[in-house]
Amino acid sequence: MSAVTLVLATVVLGVGTYAFRVSGPLLRSRVTLSAEVERLMAVAAVVLLTALVATATLVQGHGFAGFARLVGVAVGGVLAWRRAPFVVVVVAAAGTTAVLRLLGVP
Amino acid sequence: MRSTWRTLQQRLGRELARDIALVCLADGIVGLSFGAITVGAGLPLWLPMLMSVVVFAGASQFLFVGIVAAGGNPVAAVAAGLLVNSRHLPFGFAVADLLSGGRGRWLAGSHVMIDESVAFALAQRGTGRSKAAFWACGTALFVCWNLGVLLGAFGGAAITDTDAFGLDAAFPAVLLALVLPSLRDPATRRAALVGAAVALATSPFLAAGLPVLLGLVGLLALRPHERRSPR
Repeated sequence: MSAVTLVLATVVLGVGTYAFRVSGPLLRSRVTLSAEVERLMAVAAVVLLTALVATATLVQGHGFAGFARLVGVAVGGVLAWRRAPFVVVVVAAAGTTAVLRLLGVP
Repeated sequence: MRSTWRTLQQRLGRELARDIALVCLADGIVGLSFGAITVGAGLPLWLPMLMSVVVFAGASQFLFVGIVAAGGNPVAAVAAGLLVNSRHLPFGFAVADLLSGGRGRWLAGSHVMIDESVAFALAQRGTGRSKAAFWACGTALFVCWNLGVLLGAFGGAAITDTDAFGLDAAFPAVLLALVLPSLRDPATRRAALVGAAVALATSPFLAAGLPVLLGLVGLLALRPHERRSPR
């Protein structure tokens, strides 16, 4: 693939992504939304992030991501639920997964 | 550098500053691998750096490079990347309030809108703290991500397999920890769980990015009065 094509593709992806990002703030700077719509937007962000957590934990490509990652995230989730410090949650999740992989768990 | 860190600690509180620093470190390492993998796949040295500045969205960058390196069509690579990044549209509506304060602020703030900065903002109480968390996380990640990619591109194959460190588990764990406080609200929790179920059920069949977006179906699980009531 030529350099020009790569630059062009990168710029198109960048501009498109920025268009997604800027639409909300752009509209918001012009119109005021009702309290109901604002509430829906806030919940929508939580719904999207939760869906992202689910897929990032369980899915790789179109298949199952493996038990090592699932168990690691689960350990982190339980710790977070019990209000452990954020650092503990993240390090425990990554550490658990790394150790499981070291032991040969896929 | 040290004085910047001290100012950040004062504005955000020691704990939040430390949490953001940890996420920056983890994402910096993933950036390192992105740079190394891209150059290792035979793509030009400038590509990972250009992408990380212009696109600044990790998952879509890996996907794009994966498709292009495998000899795929560039149009398909761009389309796949855009699909993965489409969730930034609803994110933008959710955090728009935090970007108020002049044209320059929302133009710049939009570019550092990523999963982590949105999640950190949502996890804070009060608009002031949310705003500070969003900007601190967004700008710090932009710097760390690009620094990581730069080092990875030049450094080569030092770190290509971040899975060995379990960093693929760190990303969802970070978002989960940040989203949990919001899930204590029953209506939000119901919508989120329905959304997650829909995303998981459609993942085997749909292109990356679409399942998460379809998760918005979960909003239908809100009862009419729950759409109005403040949390």
